[in-house]
Amino acid sequence: MRLLALALHRLLWFMPTLLGLLVVTFVISRIIPADPVALVAGETATPAQVEALRRDLGYDRPLPVQFVHYVAGLVRGDMGTSLFTRRPIVDDLLHRLPATIELTVVAMLVSVLAGIPLGVLSALWRNSVLDHALRVITVSGLAIASFWLGIMLQLLFAMRLGWTPLNGRLQGFPPRDLTGFYLLDAALTADWGTFAAALQHLALPAATLAFPALATLVRFTRAGVLDVMQSNFVLYERAMGLPRPLIVWKYILRSALTSTVTQIGLLFGILLAGAVVTEAVFDWPGIGTYAVNSIVRSDYNAVMGFTVWAGAIFIVVNLLVDIAHTLVDPRERTT
Amino acid sequence: MKTAWFVLSRLARDRSALLGLVLIALLVVAAALAPVLSTHPDDVFELHPSERLRAPSGAHWLGTDRMGADVYSRLLFGARITILIGIIAVGASLAIGVPIGLVAGYYHGWLSDSLMRVSDIFLAVPQVVLAIAIAQTLGPSLPNVILALSVTYWPWFARVVYAETRALEKEIFVESTAALGASPWRLTVLHVLPNIASPIIVRASIGMGFTILTAAALGFLGLGPPPPTPEWGRTIAESREFLPDAWWYATAPGLAIFLTVMGFNLLGDGLRDVLDPRLRRSRTARDG
Repeated sequence: MRLLALALHRLLWFMPTLLGLLVVTFVISRIIPADPVALVAGETATPAQVEALRRDLGYDRPLPVQFVHYVAGLVRGDMGTSLFTRRPIVDDLLHRLPATIELTVVAMLVSVLAGIPLGVLSALWRNSVLDHALRVITVSGLAIASFWLGIMLQLLFAMRLGWTPLNGRLQGFPPRDLTGFYLLDAALTADWGTFAAALQHLALPAATLAFPALATLVRFTRAGVLDVMQSNFVLYERAMGLPRPLIVWKYILRSALTSTVTQIGLLFGILLAGAVVTEAVFDWPGIGTYAVNSIVRSDYNAVMGFTVWAGAIFIVVNLLVDIAHTLVDPRERTT
Repeated sequence: MKTAWFVLSRLARDRSALLGLVLIALLVVAAALAPVLSTHPDDVFELHPSERLRAPSGAHWLGTDRMGADVYSRLLFGARITILIGIIAVGASLAIGVPIGLVAGYYHGWLSDSLMRVSDIFLAVPQVVLAIAIAQTLGPSLPNVILALSVTYWPWFARVVYAETRALEKEIFVESTAALGASPWRLTVLHVLPNIASPIIVRASIGMGFTILTAAALGFLGLGPPPPTPEWGRTIAESREFLPDAWWYATAPGLAIFLTVMGFNLLGDGLRDVLDPRLRRSRTARDG
């Protein structure tokens, strides 16, 4: 019941927050000094042609009218047309979504699967060599510029050693299009050559994206485990003679993860923001590259589409994190 | 003055915070003495095509770039831009975020709710995305980068100040000051603000690192100050087409960003330990 109330409360706030986000991005995107209509019309267009195009695209109407029009379109799932590709923004975004999701999910898996156990070990073997080494990694992970890390990885693994491709998602033909996720499609069609190639292409961008997230996770898991280790219930469980691995990996980790789960929401933000820059470094054909290209071309429908999309995902993830938080921590359910 | 001395002496005992202080000091020295320390101070603007892309040597400690300019000298002058961006952007974020947080924390009702809602909207999108959009809208230049970073970073301060002000609201000294008839202005600025200075200072130090990192990303994407400004992020972008041969060209500015941001992060962590006794106790207990 409490869960339902929480979800409803958050959903109620979802709409005003999203609307506010729309207003902010709309205002930003509409005060661009360069005239995008003239840009689209081309250098040879006469002033009359530019005006005709402007009327065509609806940019001659007052801003509030344009805004209402935009929101009305959004409700119908229409984000407008890209000024550059001349295709609906929704199609452009959907087309590129699988590439970004694949990259983000792999990076997320790497950071969670490596970060949480490493954080636990770091706490258990406090002040050991491993703990000190991990501290260096966590401090670096939050200080390194991800675009530079990406370039350094390219320099070492792609250019010098030749172990991985330099950039892109795949050379040659993609696997048969079932889901749009190359790894999944290749696995489903048992095309293992393509699977290996896709994995090779993913290695560097996923590592670049995962590094700061990994650092955050190790840090928070370590702190969480250390806190929980001193609590009375752990003392009690020890006194009961429960096996140590059971205490550590089940009871302590479960309690410690409550703070880590909140971190995963933040983590998603780190990954999403990182994806924009990381995709630009690796020419990854995802949403991030699309956003950067649209910004460079002053394609303001596309920029808005991206910002709205990113904001909406971010808000939804935070909602899910709140719910997960309640599920993971038994104490939250009873209070 | 006494408190400042206490904080400093405490920081000096924390090895990683001390490292942070040293790194920041190095940055400040590099920026302040750039004309003296650099081996080729004129290379920020001058071109030497014949000296193009030379590997590190006695004459060029960190090699030369695509214009034949000394990478080491440009790096030193780049430190000035980095400090400038960090200080002004974080300062402006403080100037916007702290008053908003105080007002939202002190008052209850629609004003407080809507102020926090507005800052939530800014926090709803990753900072770099919003900053890219703003910087692009205004055009690539140093003031615009600073503006974009300030506009997107203030909500963090508003949040911290709001939460801390609310936490103090039931404290006896706040209630009694209010009962004595102190004006909201007097109560918040003279009584609440000094008591929440610690988390603000910690946030500001971490914010410096974060802001410098985002500024470098903007520079890398071509949204920073235009060339020939020796901005570190842009230098890395320029160096990409000369890889893998001119490895020094891409490596040096990236290391500079890394060490700078690490300095502010370590100092922020150290300050948190010194300024927040609650956290310090739990940390010493934890770290044995």
